[in-house]
Amino acid sequence: MHLLELDDVHTNLTLKAGVVRAVDGVSFHIDAGETLGIVGESGSGKSMTALSIMRLLPSSGRITSGAIRFKGRDMTGLSEDEMEDIRGTEIAMIFQDPMSSLNPVYRTGWQVGEPLQIHRGVNARASIAAAIALFKKVGIPDAEKRVAQYPHVFSGGMSQRAMIAMGLTTSPSLLIADEPTTALDVTIQAQILELLRNLNRDSGMATILITHNLGVVAGICDRVIVMYAGRVVEQGRTEDVFAHPEHPYTWSLLRSIPRLDADEREPLKPIEGLPPDMMRLPSGCKFGPRCPFAIKRCAEEEPELLLVRDQLARCWVTQAGTSLRESADAG
Amino acid sequence: MSTAPALVATQASIRETRIHLLELGRTHPRVILAGSLVLLLFLIALLAPFISPHDPIAVNADNAYLPPLSPSHLLGTDELGRDLFSRVLWGARVSLPVAFVAVAVGLVAGGVIGLISGYFGGVIDLLLMRLVDALLAFPALILAIAIVAALGPDLRNAMIAIGIVAIPVYARLVRALVLQLKQVEFIAATRSLGATPLRLIVRHMIPNLLNPIIVQVSLSAGFAILAEATLSFLGLGAQVPTPDWGQMINSGATFLANDPWLAIVPGAAISVTVFSFNLLGDSLRDALDPRLRS
Repeated sequence: MHLLELDDVHTNLTLKAGVVRAVDGVSFHIDAGETLGIVGESGSGKSMTALSIMRLLPSSGRITSGAIRFKGRDMTGLSEDEMEDIRGTEIAMIFQDPMSSLNPVYRTGWQVGEPLQIHRGVNARASIAAAIALFKKVGIPDAEKRVAQYPHVFSGGMSQRAMIAMGLTTSPSLLIADEPTTALDVTIQAQILELLRNLNRDSGMATILITHNLGVVAGICDRVIVMYAGRVVEQGRTEDVFAHPEHPYTWSLLRSIPRLDADEREPLKPIEGLPPDMMRLPSGCKFGPRCPFAIKRCAEEEPELLLVRDQLARCWVTQAGTSLRESADAG
Repeated sequence: MSTAPALVATQASIRETRIHLLELGRTHPRVILAGSLVLLLFLIALLAPFISPHDPIAVNADNAYLPPLSPSHLLGTDELGRDLFSRVLWGARVSLPVAFVAVAVGLVAGGVIGLISGYFGGVIDLLLMRLVDALLAFPALILAIAIVAALGPDLRNAMIAIGIVAIPVYARLVRALVLQLKQVEFIAATRSLGATPLRLIVRHMIPNLLNPIIVQVSLSAGFAILAEATLSFLGLGAQVPTPDWGQMINSGATFLANDPWLAIVPGAAISVTVFSFNLLGDSLRDALDPRLRS
């Protein structure tokens, strides 16, 4: 039994302009102690996948089919009350912008200890004492002094550490981090990632790391899922996916990273075209219109997510045995 | 793990907060000025029985129409020889409680509507907001007059009427603030920790609404005083012989040609009171606006 298992999850957003299939048949799993990266551009459905797991979708969003099993129990059928018990105890989530993730009217220590007040009936005093210990654990110096400060005194990195501390209060078995380093300076990013990796190693907590930054994935994830237009297009061990991507989207993403050691006359390589309009997705492979490798079949029929070499990929070209690198060099 | 250092630190920080309040006074002296004026008005209302030189309703026909600065009658007397200064002081005991209750009615009713509307949205929001729009469609004073006319003219009904008129302001303000707050990540973060909607609203949303609401309360207190005076002027509020500013203007208006101070004195009292509350509201808005905070 996996810690968390998504089985063909579909989440729709019903908007005025129409229905968006934000998460379209996503399946994956994560085990205790693992770090799973979910990569994709804005609108690819990675955050919606996380919010579906937490059941914190916006009011327009609904999980229409599929199962989300946590410790073997399907969470899609749970009542809101039951979900409130799971959130913050079993599964915690941290968000992109740490500066606005803390309530400005409360002292940070009180807030970080709040899950204990909610779930364990601990009083404010004891929860602040627990917050001091957590602040130390996530590397906030002067923890005794810091817990009495208001969030506006905290820097971005410090706030994100406080948020992580808040997520750890009740020792959850799964932490979902939605772009935890995007709003931070590069040097601070590295510190936060290091912290997440250490916590993961020490506590056996599983981490889902949502990001659009491939460097972050390469740094700390055991496995990676690449999402495009609400679908998983590639899934595998991080080293396999980085060494030989088997989906053209992943291949283009990796190729688009500017390299310092490249010839300076060599132009940057963006991915051609625009992300698809989620209301009017192309037929066949959703990446087809932007894909440099596309063949006739790609526009007609959507490929399945199948094993290609060491990982899963949703691509007719690689499933037919073609190597992306060789055909790119040839073309 | 010991709580002692945390508590010591917490107390230290409370002291810091007090210093911040003093600093607020230093950087925004208008807040202190307006606050003192409002405080003074409340003290007058509270202490009127002790500081008035005369009984405000004692008739003394021999001393009628004394001009201001007469011996023992600082602001003169009215057509029945009642001491105007005492009547103005006692008038504060009518106007301020009315304003207080009316604003409380508007704040509580409007606040609850705004919270429900903003938090739950959808059909509930639509219905509640159309109700509020209907209230807003009437000019404030006309609506207040209509409500008092329906309920019967007395002070209690005047309070209710002014309170109802204030509902849309608070409902819309609170709704807008809640809609804004719902987008801020700490609300999502708190939900992701398993907080119930009630906890979310009471512990996390309401404290964040306080600043703009305090400002609005000061501003609508000024409006409430004016509305109460208007209703009393029209005979729909305080009844004779209660010393009330609006009603004093009404009876003084008859003598405007020969003895204008009979209307001017209570008029000035209303002006000063409304000015004080508006000044407090304005200066608080400046002081509490985070964009203007250095």
